Amino acid sequence: MKLRYIKYFLVITVFAYACKKSEHIQEKVETFLGFQKPKNFPETAYNFANNPVTKEGFELGRMLFYEPRLSRDNTITCGSCHIQSSAFTQHGHDVSHGIEDRLGTRNSPPIMNLAWNKAFMWGGGIYDLDLFPISPITTHEEMDESLENVLNKLRSLDKYKSKFKAAFGSEEISTGKFLKALSQFMLMCVSSNSKYDKVMRKEGNASFTTTELEGYELFKQKCSSCHAEPLFTDNGFRNNGLVPSSINDLGLYTATLLATDKYKFKVPSLRNLKYTGPFMHDGRFLTLDAVFTHYAHEVQATENLDPLLNKNGIRGISINSDEKTKLMAFLNTLNDEEFINNKLLAEQ
Amino acid sequence: MKKILTIITITSILFTACKKDNATPDFDEQNLASLSVEFDNIVGGRTLTFDNTAVPYTNATGEKFTISSIQYFISNIQLTTTDGKQFTVPQDSSYFLIKGADRASRFAKVKVPEGDYSKLTFVLGVDSLRSTMPVDKRTGVLDPALGGHDGGGMYWGWNSGYIFFKFEGNSEVITNDQFGDPTGKKQFKYHIGGFGGYSAPTINNIRTITVDLTNAGIAKVRKDRQSNIHLFVDLMKVFNGTTTFSIKTYPTVMFGEFSTVISKNFKDLFTHDHTEN
Repeated sequence: MKLRYIKYFLVITVFAYACKKSEHIQEKVETFLGFQKPKNFPETAYNFANNPVTKEGFELGRMLFYEPRLSRDNTITCGSCHIQSSAFTQHGHDVSHGIEDRLGTRNSPPIMNLAWNKAFMWGGGIYDLDLFPISPITTHEEMDESLENVLNKLRSLDKYKSKFKAAFGSEEISTGKFLKALSQFMLMCVSSNSKYDKVMRKEGNASFTTTELEGYELFKQKCSSCHAEPLFTDNGFRNNGLVPSSINDLGLYTATLLATDKYKFKVPSLRNLKYTGPFMHDGRFLTLDAVFTHYAHEVQATENLDPLLNKNGIRGISINSDEKTKLMAFLNTLNDEEFINNKLLAEQ
Repeated sequence: MKKILTIITITSILFTACKKDNATPDFDEQNLASLSVEFDNIVGGRTLTFDNTAVPYTNATGEKFTISSIQYFISNIQLTTTDGKQFTVPQDSSYFLIKGADRASRFAKVKVPEGDYSKLTFVLGVDSLRSTMPVDKRTGVLDPALGGHDGGGMYWGWNSGYIFFKFEGNSEVITNDQFGDPTGKKQFKYHIGGFGGYSAPTINNIRTITVDLTNAGIAKVRKDRQSNIHLFVDLMKVFNGTTTFSIKTYPTVMFGEFSTVISKNFKDLFTHDHTEN
């Protein structure tokens, strides 16, 4: 069933190098074949049947993603807080930075492998990718604009009329088409070409070094129950024992009001950690070292602490410095340079 | 052509005159005629006037207040005939946003089979099925872009779902600190929503309202006339329906536990005043 969608959507970017060494001329030949489920990935969660990714829809979505008119004062785009070179996060910012230098309360998460996501936001609340952009557009600390105004701004521009027509068959710019186009772009932000993926798919002669392999074994023992392969998240919400932040962010509880959800946040993927720091829902850890220190020594017994971090009365995960080195080596194999350099995903 | 039309019109008027006291037509789901349900907002014994600071309203707790905005969703209209036959208005034609500031919006206009109806049932809010529908099904009053997020918007972006009932106003009893309105505008805001959640069960403020039409007049729905069920919607009852609460204690209620207390008062808002047949 899903294979049908895969067939529609495959992007091949062929780089043909003419006189490679002396001329530095790069010719790009693109054949847009749409969304492709990587061989080593599970079935997608997104309902592609209701929004098949097309070249025109994707390109419109990309234009919208990099469109400053989505913000009230026409200053910031989705790409401002989701920067491709940082694997679509906002590098160097603990919490996201909106219009008029307003600061949010949470760290900007990556736009990556969203087709497999069932819940969005660090604290949940949104369960359909198509409905997601309404939140950053309307949030006071982010784009602080109304959806109605955004659509009116777009309607006044001829370039969008033709793009909407190409993508959806008519010049009409509606909430549904606008959001579906954005989804098409975001769905195409697939990171699946890290060294890890190539090893798993047995591509070429890709193989782990001894240290990486030892790190992988340790990872499977100590980390994978939450950061499940191959997406490196179980898509769940868990309390990992952080000291509550100064604003006492209650995480998932805010959206569900269930006491058992207090201090639970979405389990982030471990892909592209090289580019996505700082870490945690509020960006409190600037380095991976600090993250390891947290899990090894600083896990707090807060309400709803995940049982996996509190086994046999011992909090945290035991990781010695040798193990840490090996785990770091493995985590490094999850960085996907092709993803952050994929020109298809860049502002044109 | 015009002549023929005139003849037809005159003939049908004549027939109408003859038919008016005829017996109830057979219940046929294909034989549809217009019916409107009028949501006439009132406040206690008074009509609804916005921001009437000169003569504010007084609730059961003795607090004086004015109203600046009222909007709510009415959906899933169902009618029952005097002999117990039920008709549910097709979902796609059964969502209405009643806006206090827009008099024209007070009518929910539907098509139902000809018949005599003694019971009206509807949902105050948006059912969970529609609340989780794909974005392209969210058109008309359900378009999340409608009204903007500061103004009349009835959609929560951060916690996907509709605001079912949005009621705002002012009261001098509201303090200027974080327990009241820190902006000093002395505003109360009741944004009641919550359809039960996508995956985990969350608060559910969908309320089904049933109104018996027997005493104040059944709706005689016929093709040749416009039947209108005139309901009073007493906004005062928000404060003293099943549970009485004080504006001072609860000046702002949005997505939180107390919203369920307020939504339980909703059924007390609606009374059937009369039916125009």
